Amino acid sequence: MDKNLKTKAIVIVATILICIYGIIGLPKSKAELDRNVAESIKLGLDLRGGSQLVLQVQVQDAFKADADQNIERLKDEMQKAAIAYASIDRNDPATIEEADTIEINIKGIPVDKTSAFREILTQKFSTWQMANVGSDAYRLTMNNTESLAMRRDTVTRSMRTIEQRINGLGLAEATVQQRGNGETNPEILVQMPGVDDPARVKAILQAAAMLEIVEVKDGPFPSEEALRAKSGGILPLGTRPIQQAARLGDQGESWYLANRTAVVTGRDLRNARPSQDQFGKWETSFVLSPDAGRRFGRYTEANVGNKLAVLLDGKARSVAVINSKIEDSGVITGAPSQQEASDLALVLTSGSLPAGVVYLEERTVGPSLGADSIRDGLIAGAVGVSAVILVMLVYYKKAGINAVLALILNAVILIAALAYLGAVLTLPGIAGIILTIGMAVDSNVLIFERIREELKQGKAVMAAIDAGFGKAWLTIIDTHVTTIVSCAFLFIFGTTAVKGFAITLVIGLLANVFTAVFVSRTIFDWELRGKQQPTTLSI
Amino acid sequence: MEIFKNTNFDFLGKKMPFIIASLVLTVVGVGSLVVKGGPKYGIDFKGGTVTTVRFQQTPNEDQIRQALGAKIPGEIVVQQVTGQNEVIISTDLRDEKELNEARAAVFDTLKSTFGSAQGDKLDINTATQAQLADQIRGPVAGVAASVTEQDLQEMVKNILAYRDAAPRSGLLGNLDSLSGVSGITPEVVNVLKQQTYTGPYTIRGFDLVGPRVGKELQSQAINATLLALAGMLIYIAFRFEFIYGLAAVIAVFHDVIITVGIFSLLDKEISLTVIAALLTLVGFSMNDTIVIFDRIRENLPQMRRETLDNVVNLSINQTLSRTVLTSGLTFLTALALWLFGGQVLNGFAFALVAGIIFGTYSSIFIAAPILLYLREWMEKRRKGNAAPAAAVTPVKTKAVK
Repeated sequence: MDKNLKTKAIVIVATILICIYGIIGLPKSKAELDRNVAESIKLGLDLRGGSQLVLQVQVQDAFKADADQNIERLKDEMQKAAIAYASIDRNDPATIEEADTIEINIKGIPVDKTSAFREILTQKFSTWQMANVGSDAYRLTMNNTESLAMRRDTVTRSMRTIEQRINGLGLAEATVQQRGNGETNPEILVQMPGVDDPARVKAILQAAAMLEIVEVKDGPFPSEEALRAKSGGILPLGTRPIQQAARLGDQGESWYLANRTAVVTGRDLRNARPSQDQFGKWETSFVLSPDAGRRFGRYTEANVGNKLAVLLDGKARSVAVINSKIEDSGVITGAPSQQEASDLALVLTSGSLPAGVVYLEERTVGPSLGADSIRDGLIAGAVGVSAVILVMLVYYKKAGINAVLALILNAVILIAALAYLGAVLTLPGIAGIILTIGMAVDSNVLIFERIREELKQGKAVMAAIDAGFGKAWLTIIDTHVTTIVSCAFLFIFGTTAVKGFAITLVIGLLANVFTAVFVSRTIFDWELRGKQQPTTLSI
Repeated sequence: MEIFKNTNFDFLGKKMPFIIASLVLTVVGVGSLVVKGGPKYGIDFKGGTVTTVRFQQTPNEDQIRQALGAKIPGEIVVQQVTGQNEVIISTDLRDEKELNEARAAVFDTLKSTFGSAQGDKLDINTATQAQLADQIRGPVAGVAASVTEQDLQEMVKNILAYRDAAPRSGLLGNLDSLSGVSGITPEVVNVLKQQTYTGPYTIRGFDLVGPRVGKELQSQAINATLLALAGMLIYIAFRFEFIYGLAAVIAVFHDVIITVGIFSLLDKEISLTVIAALLTLVGFSMNDTIVIFDRIRENLPQMRRETLDNVVNLSINQTLSRTVLTSGLTFLTALALWLFGGQVLNGFAFALVAGIIFGTYSSIFIAAPILLYLREWMEKRRKGNAAPAAAVTPVKTKAVK
């Protein structure tokens, strides 16, 4: 019996030590202690302040871009094979759900070229499925596995770009996660503790940042109509109209006719950084990768005297004449401030987004609000726990100490478990802790009331304790398992907030079975050890 | 100490006033829900924006409403935080297309209505760390050449930390108070006075939820809660009997309906944190009910000659101390949270305070009578089927050891 008791005591002390180690580590100074505690009890954004964003990737953009690329490629191939056509275009899926309905329509294929045309499609466009619609018209649709892969890939690439931009901003503690699965639910969750300028971050994350340098064929024109009128209404093959980005002091619009294909794109960038021109105006200068630099050098050498336009997201930021061979660098002018110049450099180096993103959700808690929440929460917690401890001590006398010890250990195990699991404490988590404390008190009350009943029926002290624990055990199991069952459902089907509640509660209840039943019982045994026939019990 | 010594209250005999009270509360609550067209959902569930703004002076609610109303479609709700010059502004967001502009619409309107720009000076109450550092870098170097960039950043961080700590909570009244902050010399205070001013308000928090996300969250929360209730029903049916599970779930459902009804009556919003509180309440109430049912199950085999009414009454009396003590203590905790827990936890704590009261009495006056009623009904049906009637069917007493 005594040996048994000793083993139990060792188990309990070991548990306490492991838990305390989990929370405070092995600190050598007060500062280190504070740091360790702050590290193990991670507070959620709702408590400590910061911003949380949910972005939705407009995957249909990537589908459209892919279709456009394929259309260009198809036109090239058909030109090579000397196949004439009336028109090639695509439809315009507007939503994420419709992305898979992307289709390319080809009309007016001469009958004698049918087999040559089919040959090209099967050989070089195997990711697309062809259907014959009418005698000379064809429709290409993306096959299923390809469109799934495209969805996944678009989300992954967007996420990587966003991660790079977040890192570039120096937000050390920020996290970027995928929410749901990338195939049906293209959502990205960005959490940024302590960020104090969410509007700027939002703008940076959302920037498409598609950089192109294209050859300018003609211009400027005062309007798009004037541009089209010059070439008789139909643009020359392989060209597109481009608008100059609006600038302060501009008088009206200016338009250029430029090549459809770019000489270099954002993918060819090696580096970008903010800089100032000779008048002190901010701009963003960039350096091309060695490979693209050589290509660009060859191109500019052969085209001295021609015009080039630097396009950002489809609009011309600057148009200039090539004076001499340009090797590997360029500038984007027109930044109103240093911050905007460096933000542009940041989004350029992180690469462009494969598809647009929309913010579905933002939750920003300012630093002062977070600090207030923590302080108020601590005060409320202290008042609540003190009240509980006081009542338990008055009501159950010495046995009350037993209950209070079990209660404190319960809380310590819960916090340590959260620390070991790396869980984050949020507002709903605090709700879980409160319910845990309530049920922990309840377990002790159940047991003690039972012991009192047994004593009243005239049972001896040891027998009463035995019976009290034995009978209350059945009730405790039922109440705890019922709650854990409901938590399982909440965890599986609930939202993030509800999940936090469920996890905290389940851990708390498991710890409670240990503290209220095992630890509390051991303390009773410890108090009564050595006494042959204890006749009184302070309860 | 003991509150109740060998009580023998006839709880079941006095059940009618309580059942009537419950019915009245339910009818009034549900009535309010019907009249108002469902619960008043917060932006978590309907989409919209919520902005928490603290002002130097008591803000004019009508002015806020009018200024925002001119820019943003839908209802603008301005709610004053008691005891503070602080308001919580909610706006609607019905169209996904407004998502991108919603933030700027609110922030810009506040700025143009209440802001008081002073030349090139920076508003220290809305400034970010980077902005403040940029603003004072040059002038500080002018008065204190030895200040390095690291010192400057540290200085700015301290100033903003001082601004954000209670009781200022994000809003500086005057720049002179900064002289007490560590590392801030009178020269720096002078620079701050030349370069910055204390603006009339600060934005302490901003939430934005798209309408579609709101709908998803709403159905997800409701489904999870209903499934959790079903899970409990199954477990109790397995451990006790089906009618026990049914009675317990009806009682818990009653608590939730009444609490949601009270929220509707008081025009309080149902947010995600309130849902967490409702779940907590479900847990408490279920716990209470199971403790009583457990005692009934234990007493039944020993009291075969007694009527079920008596067994139930005795069981409630035997567990009365425990019910009152546990509920009382959890009520105290929730009350502390409500009184001291601050503005963010307010809705959450209120739901708990209200819920614990109903949860406790529903276990005694709702769950137990329903159990008896269901039992009677089953007996009658069995007799109607001309089967030999047993006075009381003993409950399964499967013990877990």
